[in-house]
Amino acid sequence: MTTSEVEDRAVIAGHFGPYGGRFVPEALTSALDQLDTAFQAAIADPDFAIQLSGLERDYTGRPSPLTRAWRFGAYCNDAHIYFKREDLNHTGSHKINNALGQVLLAQRMGKTRVIAETGAGQHGVATATAAALLGLECAVYMGEEDTRRQSLNVARMKLLGAEVISVTNGSRTLKDAINEAMRDWVASVDTTHYVLGTVTGPSPFPDMVRHFHSVIGRESREQILAIEGRLPDAVAACVGGGSNAMGLFSGFMDDPNVQLRGYEAGGDGVETGRHAARFSAGSPGVLHGARTYVMQDKWGQTIPSHSISAGLDYPGVGPEHAWLHDIGRAIYEPVNDSEAMEAFALCSRTEGIIPAIETAHGLAGVIRLGKELGPDSVIILNLSGRGDKDVATAARWFGIELEHSESGISVELAEGR
Amino acid sequence: MNPTKTRTIGAAFANAKSEGRALLIGYLPAGFPTLDESIELVQAMCDGGVDLIEVGLPYSDPLMDGPVIQQAVDQALTNGATPLSVLTVVRAVADRGVVPVVMSYWNPIEQFGVENFARELQEAGGVGVITPDLTIEEGQPWIAATQTHEIDPIFLVAPSSTNDRINKICHDTRGFVYAASTMGVTGARDQVSNMAPELVARVREYTDLPIAVGLGVSNGAQAAEIAKYADGVIVGSAFVKAATAGGVPAVRELAQELAQGVRQGG
Repeated sequence: MTTSEVEDRAVIAGHFGPYGGRFVPEALTSALDQLDTAFQAAIADPDFAIQLSGLERDYTGRPSPLTRAWRFGAYCNDAHIYFKREDLNHTGSHKINNALGQVLLAQRMGKTRVIAETGAGQHGVATATAAALLGLECAVYMGEEDTRRQSLNVARMKLLGAEVISVTNGSRTLKDAINEAMRDWVASVDTTHYVLGTVTGPSPFPDMVRHFHSVIGRESREQILAIEGRLPDAVAACVGGGSNAMGLFSGFMDDPNVQLRGYEAGGDGVETGRHAARFSAGSPGVLHGARTYVMQDKWGQTIPSHSISAGLDYPGVGPEHAWLHDIGRAIYEPVNDSEAMEAFALCSRTEGIIPAIETAHGLAGVIRLGKELGPDSVIILNLSGRGDKDVATAARWFGIELEHSESGISVELAEGR
Repeated sequence: MNPTKTRTIGAAFANAKSEGRALLIGYLPAGFPTLDESIELVQAMCDGGVDLIEVGLPYSDPLMDGPVIQQAVDQALTNGATPLSVLTVVRAVADRGVVPVVMSYWNPIEQFGVENFARELQEAGGVGVITPDLTIEEGQPWIAATQTHEIDPIFLVAPSSTNDRINKICHDTRGFVYAASTMGVTGARDQVSNMAPELVARVREYTDLPIAVGLGVSNGAQAAEIAKYADGVIVGSAFVKAATAGGVPAVRELAQELAQGVRQGG
């Protein structure tokens, strides 16, 4: 692609440089146009903003605190580390911000049913929660492999009245759950809105999901200015699809002196091939409706990703991240399973916060970042989710025996007994 | 003589029309279940009376396909299918005197290289490509490459397409317009959607190109029904099912049944 073509595309709505766009079956094109129109109308409507911010305050519990991590910071070269506490949101992660926004929008569009894909289950739980609150029918697609490692979230979704559909094709993880959700949507688009859970997918999803998470960046900016009296040196987040990172980054995009740092899943190590390091080992391609960095073989077949964290276990990444990477505005590095789990343990013991394993990748990144930026540097990490859902995985990792057979409990819950 | 000069999509439709019938289009993925067997299967389709063959390029994330085709392409990929297998099968179809087109999701073509793919397909005797997840907005570089190599870019219209979009899609499509009969993924259905006649009628207002109807067609009776109002009938999952259940004889038999169907309805 020539430079002028890249520049041309940068100004086309729904593109981020050469990335993004819409690569979807024609059957969905009209639905995406309608969604875009409805979304633009909603964000221009003060009533929608009042409704959404009211829910954020009274239901989610926003604003979420910005917590100085004093003892964890001591392991980060005495940098001033702040956690943006999205783990304290209702349902335990940042995902509720987007779910409430989109389900509210679905209701406004007259849809009676929402569907969602989920990896770690956090987005599925958030969507099931928002659907219960607003009285919409809800179905969540989840890879069979993920229903096993996140069985407590399967139970939560069922308790919230959602149908959980276990996806048994392909690699049985998030990628395949998205395929199935798309297939459902093609056939059900008249009555159904697809609540895509991250900043991936066809336009307008990347813009819309970033918008609903931009509250994270807005609050963080105000909070850090109030506490430190200056902007941070860096803001950091883990990056699966990249919604929590995009939400935080969006508040500092126009501050050139604030570095944007993303940490993707290095799995067993990038050199082993078992990872989800799209920027280290992927290349530009098209997946799930957008052009972005994709883990693929030379024929364009998607290579299954691997990570201890179900939420980062995805072979694509949001197209805006691809663009930020190419233009050098944001820097992305892989974090291996073992390094993430060390940071998981450290955060739990020094701060009394058990993070989600996804978030632990960001925590590991911040330890590196503190060394790089030096003592007294100011760094905000999006503490994107709490680790309750990961207790069984972490216990297994650290060799902690659970008194009850955790698999026995989870099977019963998963089967709805 | 270059087969692409004599056997074009347009000529195939014109020929069917002169016989007072609809064109029969059959789909099978290249390399399913193996490369050699897939060649025998498409040859059986040709022998059974299929006029135009969609050679599927197996892709890891076929989000427009139902379970039957998903499983078939999974198997093809497991057995090592690549875009090169597709070119081999295309050649086999062209050698049989039948018109070959490729049906592929976008990423494999983008990774092969848009220009390279168009050129190599032309060399293999392919005359068109159906791209189910490429919108005309994203497809402009591809459309340019197909012109150089005399490949017809074939786009889909759906019941949900607005008239404005149908107009634009017809403008960029060559060969024929693929009308998706229903809102949904591929797979045999008991009844072909009643949305199809209305969609075909809408498309006719914008183009003189032939219009073929696909999604959900599985037997001769359905083919006959569609042949009453459309120029072509597309059958995919039913051929995959037949191949799985009864191999070459079953595929030939289904082709014969459908070939009779398109002759009853037209």
